[in-house]
Amino acid sequence: MTKPMDQILWQEIEPGGVITEPGNASCYHTGAWRSQKPEYNPNLCIKCWRCYIMCPESAISPNYDTNEFVWNYDYCKGCGICAYECPAKAIEMQED
Amino acid sequence: MASVANGVSMMEKKMAETEKKKVIKPLKNFPMEEYINSGHRACQGCAEVLAVRHVLKAIGPDMVMAMATGCMEIISSPYPYTSWNVPWIHVAFENAAAVASGVESGLKALRRKKRVPDKDVTILAMGGDGGTTDIGFQALSGMMERGHKIIYVCVDNEAYMNTGIQRSSSTPFGATTTTSPAGKVAPAGQMTWKKDMTAIAAAHGIPYTATACPTFFNDLQKKILKAKEVQGPSYIHILSVCPTGWRVPPQKAIEYGQLAVDTGVFPLYEVENGIWKLNRKPKELKPVSEYFKGQGRYRHLDEKLTAEIQEKITARWNRLVELSGADKES
Repeated sequence: MTKPMDQILWQEIEPGGVITEPGNASCYHTGAWRSQKPEYNPNLCIKCWRCYIMCPESAISPNYDTNEFVWNYDYCKGCGICAYECPAKAIEMQED
Repeated sequence: MASVANGVSMMEKKMAETEKKKVIKPLKNFPMEEYINSGHRACQGCAEVLAVRHVLKAIGPDMVMAMATGCMEIISSPYPYTSWNVPWIHVAFENAAAVASGVESGLKALRRKKRVPDKDVTILAMGGDGGTTDIGFQALSGMMERGHKIIYVCVDNEAYMNTGIQRSSSTPFGATTTTSPAGKVAPAGQMTWKKDMTAIAAAHGIPYTATACPTFFNDLQKKILKAKEVQGPSYIHILSVCPTGWRVPPQKAIEYGQLAVDTGVFPLYEVENGIWKLNRKPKELKPVSEYFKGQGRYRHLDEKLTAEIQEKITARWNRLVELSGADKES
């Protein structure tokens, strides 16, 4: 993954400032912005995928083995869209 | 004995529960790949990045993207990071459409000379409402006039949000921004009406123009797929709720998109080869006051101003219904 800005030497920079590694912003974890954390209750979940579709961070992914949705707390900013939009009230926002 | 029997019945109950349990079924017609990675710096509850996510999912990996300066560029590419998993060029505020035109023509020439494989590559140009309606307007108009095969997507959050909520020509009447504050001189805040960019694009006579909203993600993806098939320029105007600039709580970003469509503030329609079609027609429009309620940027509006806005919106809706011939159907 890409080093922080202050550790990059000028010799390592590509001509034109081209970034050669796609999607390397993932090494920056936005989860630290969060003040509230979504708590998921798999028993209430009706598996409608609405939280996955409406998540702006793409931090929610399905786990077919355990039959649950999984939150990636490295990136979840705690906006609460998943909890607010959930038709089954299976997600609750709690203080982190 | 009793406790054993109790345990057995408990187990039976549990078994029955597991049988009833719903299973995650793979989504149909919804790609799972992400083309804008997590780790971007968008505000909490940003519906604009959600719109971009759905647009990229609909188009797929074969694309080149030119993006004007704006919120989406700022949050996705602070050097040396990038959130994009597709080829992406950042250009100045005014020339996203011009650069996309160049990319399209260049690829055409390289394909003719057999330097690149003969593959269908979608060119996507994207700009915010400032980069489309104000600063990038002439480049966009030129692109549409020359007839390049490009999808131009305008993600409209109704002000210059990344520099601190300044008004653009896409800011609706009555909204307060830092450069159009509501007060004694201007009781409504923004005193001009929103530029109808979709109608302007349709007036260029391009094959496909549409409005969309990420709340209605199916409709949005359908429109992008339609635009992808069209031979020629297409313009998609997407309303994206900005919780920071509109002063709404971040979790309500999706709900306000729904309200904007249901009150007629932002009707969903498409213009295909000059034929207008309404995509969502509520039986009865909700009053605009319902959409204004809870939005901090409309807090100062009194009844008189709301009535004025309602009148204008109803008139525009009726004109749209007439244009699309939806009144004759029912």
